[in-house]
Amino acid sequence: MALSMDISVALISIAPFLAAFLAPLIFRFTGHLAGWVLSIVPAGIFAYLIPFIKPISEGKFVQTSLNWVPEYGINLSFFIDGLSLTFALLISGIGTIIVIYSGKYLKGHHDQGKFLAYILMFMGSMLGLVLADNMVALFVYWELTAITSFLLIGFNHKKQASRRAAIQALVITGGGGLALLVGILLMQQMLGGVWELSAIREYGAALHEMSLYPVVLVLFLIAAFTKSAQFPFHFWLPNAMEAPTPVSAFLHSATMVKAGVYLLARMNPTLGGSEIWSITLISFGSITLLWGAVWALKQTDMKQMLAQTTVASLGLLVILIGIGTDIALTAMVIYLVAHALYKASFFLIAGILDHGTGTRDITELGGLRRLMPLSFILAIIAAISMAGLPPAIGFFAKEEMYLSLLQNDLKSIIVLIVLIAGNAMMLVVGASIAIKPFLGGLKPTPIKPHEGSLALIIGPLLFGILALLSGIFITYTGKMIISPTASSISSIAIENHLKWYFAMFLKPIILLSVVTWALGALLFFKLDTIRKFLRSLDDGFKWNFDIGFDWLMFSLIRFADMITRFWHHGRLELYMIVVFVALGVAVIAPLIINNAVPAMPTSIPSLTFYEWSVILLAAVGLIAMLVAKTRLVAIVSLGIQGFAVALIFMLFGAPDLAFTQFMVEILTVVILALVMSRLYLDRRDNRIFEDILRDGSIALVCGVGITMLLISVVQYPIDLRLTDFFAATSLPIAHGRNIVNVILVDFRGLDTFGEIAVVMGAGIAVLALIRIRSGGRQIGIGAKKSKPRRKSTRVQKATTASKAKNIATSKTKVKVTKVKPKTVKSIRRSKPIQKNKGAKA
Amino acid sequence: MNTVIFRTIAPILVAIMVVFSVFILLRGHNEPGGGFIGGLIAASAIAIYGIAAGVEEVRKALKFDPIAIAGFGVFIAGLAGLLSYFYQVPFLTGLWAYLDIGPSKVALSTPLLFDIGVYFAVLGTIAAIALALEEDEEGK
Repeated sequence: MALSMDISVALISIAPFLAAFLAPLIFRFTGHLAGWVLSIVPAGIFAYLIPFIKPISEGKFVQTSLNWVPEYGINLSFFIDGLSLTFALLISGIGTIIVIYSGKYLKGHHDQGKFLAYILMFMGSMLGLVLADNMVALFVYWELTAITSFLLIGFNHKKQASRRAAIQALVITGGGGLALLVGILLMQQMLGGVWELSAIREYGAALHEMSLYPVVLVLFLIAAFTKSAQFPFHFWLPNAMEAPTPVSAFLHSATMVKAGVYLLARMNPTLGGSEIWSITLISFGSITLLWGAVWALKQTDMKQMLAQTTVASLGLLVILIGIGTDIALTAMVIYLVAHALYKASFFLIAGILDHGTGTRDITELGGLRRLMPLSFILAIIAAISMAGLPPAIGFFAKEEMYLSLLQNDLKSIIVLIVLIAGNAMMLVVGASIAIKPFLGGLKPTPIKPHEGSLALIIGPLLFGILALLSGIFITYTGKMIISPTASSISSIAIENHLKWYFAMFLKPIILLSVVTWALGALLFFKLDTIRKFLRSLDDGFKWNFDIGFDWLMFSLIRFADMITRFWHHGRLELYMIVVFVALGVAVIAPLIINNAVPAMPTSIPSLTFYEWSVILLAAVGLIAMLVAKTRLVAIVSLGIQGFAVALIFMLFGAPDLAFTQFMVEILTVVILALVMSRLYLDRRDNRIFEDILRDGSIALVCGVGITMLLISVVQYPIDLRLTDFFAATSLPIAHGRNIVNVILVDFRGLDTFGEIAVVMGAGIAVLALIRIRSGGRQIGIGAKKSKPRRKSTRVQKATTASKAKNIATSKTKVKVTKVKPKTVKSIRRSKPIQKNKGAKA
Repeated sequence: MNTVIFRTIAPILVAIMVVFSVFILLRGHNEPGGGFIGGLIAASAIAIYGIAAGVEEVRKALKFDPIAIAGFGVFIAGLAGLLSYFYQVPFLTGLWAYLDIGPSKVALSTPLLFDIGVYFAVLGTIAAIALALEEDEEGK
């Protein structure tokens, strides 16, 4: 059945991104004409998609796939059936107009190139979303639309309201995207590894039987409801009107917000059909429809009115998917197309009015019919389609949706009433935008009114013509577009039944339309009273969803702040205590729990005199440190001890370690000395007795623990398999005689690579700390920390630590996080190295 | 610390240390040494020079910001790993080439390149920290 394995389908979603990449450049050369130039890309896509209409209406489809992550069976696969084709045509068709329109609308804006790039990127993401076959690809495109939408809403980023609206939209739709990801993964697991949307529709019945079906359903619904602004997530959409008007027309009415509807439609064969599905969709859709429609009446800003009716329309689409019968799905598709056309028209006309008069408040406009005649006619056409008057395509949308509810049960009657009320209120909004600014007396406006130029008017013109033509030739539209789309939503093929015939105006169902129109007319004449009433109602409430959202966000920040303050109190002593108590517990607890406390050696080992003298040297260093009068002397004394340890390494045949140890000791002392001079510390360490007792015990516990650990390590035979492997392979395979170095740069090169990246990152952090230190207090303890990272023995670790503790009495803010991973890392890391040392010796 | 003797000897000392650090770096694969130790030695050299001649002087002599040197090191190390891509072998696989120069045979390898990366990463980071601290000291 697949039409062709044509890779150019993949190109559809890639081309807009390439165009976006070039957009700023093209803008530089062509100025505001860039809109016309760049519209070639979406227009080309549109033209490319047109020839698919016929074969797809005959039940064929297109599938193509590129390798992406073949290990997991994830491919970048695309798929065109009726549903994706209709969406893709809307996106590329409206996209073409929007790009042209923005060229003129934002003329003179210095960031226009960037704007066009964002719009094109969004279009690419949206096309990818509706064409994606693989669910992972679907998710990626889904989130891409959220991100590009964020960029577009926040385009006027100097305005606080824009930034807030952008973040709000991102949080809500992006959060929904995460639910989608979980839903996709869960479903994929349940179905035994199916990634393709075209394949999962076969699994509908099986999925309904599974116990996790409700969970998957809820996750997908959250994704769809957030994206399509369903109650209770509806409030981000009107706020998103902060975006420039072309964005509102494109993203927040015609395309992106319909992504949720698309997802529901796509999932209908798989997840739909159950009781819980239809009840949830119908109830949430109804609330959204009424909420949006009522709130639309309250507004006077044309964009806000349109935004609220968009919320209502999205609710309506969700209801129709929830009903799920053939007729309901047909109605849903017609309404989808009709709404995209008239709503885009309306937004663009609102933009023309705003552009031409300087205001978009409907109460400040009037009498523009002579000055802006074309806009007037086009607004009337859009309103006709919105009101569902013949011959526009909107008429059929309304007829079909009422038809789908002609049943004798309570549920259908309630939904029918909801639909009539919602449609009537939307009609009022459409009529008032089409009539109020144009009729009546001319009102003074900030700018002298003028008609929009070709680039602005071409969109509403084409959309209006299309809305009329597709309605007049409904049989053709039905056969080519509507039925194939409805068929891909439904689990069975739906035949076209749409046509004009005289008797349709005599059927009783036409009465429902008449009721709608009458109700709408009544409301229209009472609009000012209703608005006043709604405003007083709104003022009466102290709470709304926006306030709730803000409260939630601030609570989140407060919570994060609380956690951070709890762990990052900025008191270095406490950091040190936590780290070393943890170390002590980690070392001693397993020994005690496993009953593995090693037996102490009973006899003094026989050592040569120079070995004794090195140990003596280390002991002298330690004692000198303990009795040292000043901090600096203590640090240097500890250096003596470090050198003694390095000597031991040397004696036992680990020159590399000894070498490193020497260097680290020198640098530690030097850098500590430098740091010390910057810290406002007393020369002496004036700890009170209790502190000495506390710190001393912790140090002792850590020391004893490490000692016990070492003793118990020595008591068991060492597993030499790795050592033998490295010793045997170092020269023949890795061409190196220095096993330590071979391990570092070859056998475990990836570790080292990660580590040098960490070294550099730590260095940058230290630099930042040194530079920002305000009042001279925030200086690089971190500097010292990043240094002895290749401390090789555990004993050494403990001494470094106690060194750090000595200087660490000031309240310096240092990243504990840096200390911890490093400790863990070097302990883990030092194991193989040390063993090799033994082998070499 | 800032005595005449120290200031006179420092440049010579630093030069020797830097050369020694390169020596340590290059011999690392077969004898004790390697990029890490070499980098530490070179960083100490720079720190000493900073104390003796002033940070300004050192920065001039280095030409590049030390942290950029560290970044270069990480980049080189990554590059050494990526070379394996051209031979269709996994990331970081060691590749070897031998050059005959006169009587001696010189081994060039991606592990050596990697080690050079380690050298620069360590050198750059520690020098950056040391110099920043010394600068702070001077500014006091």
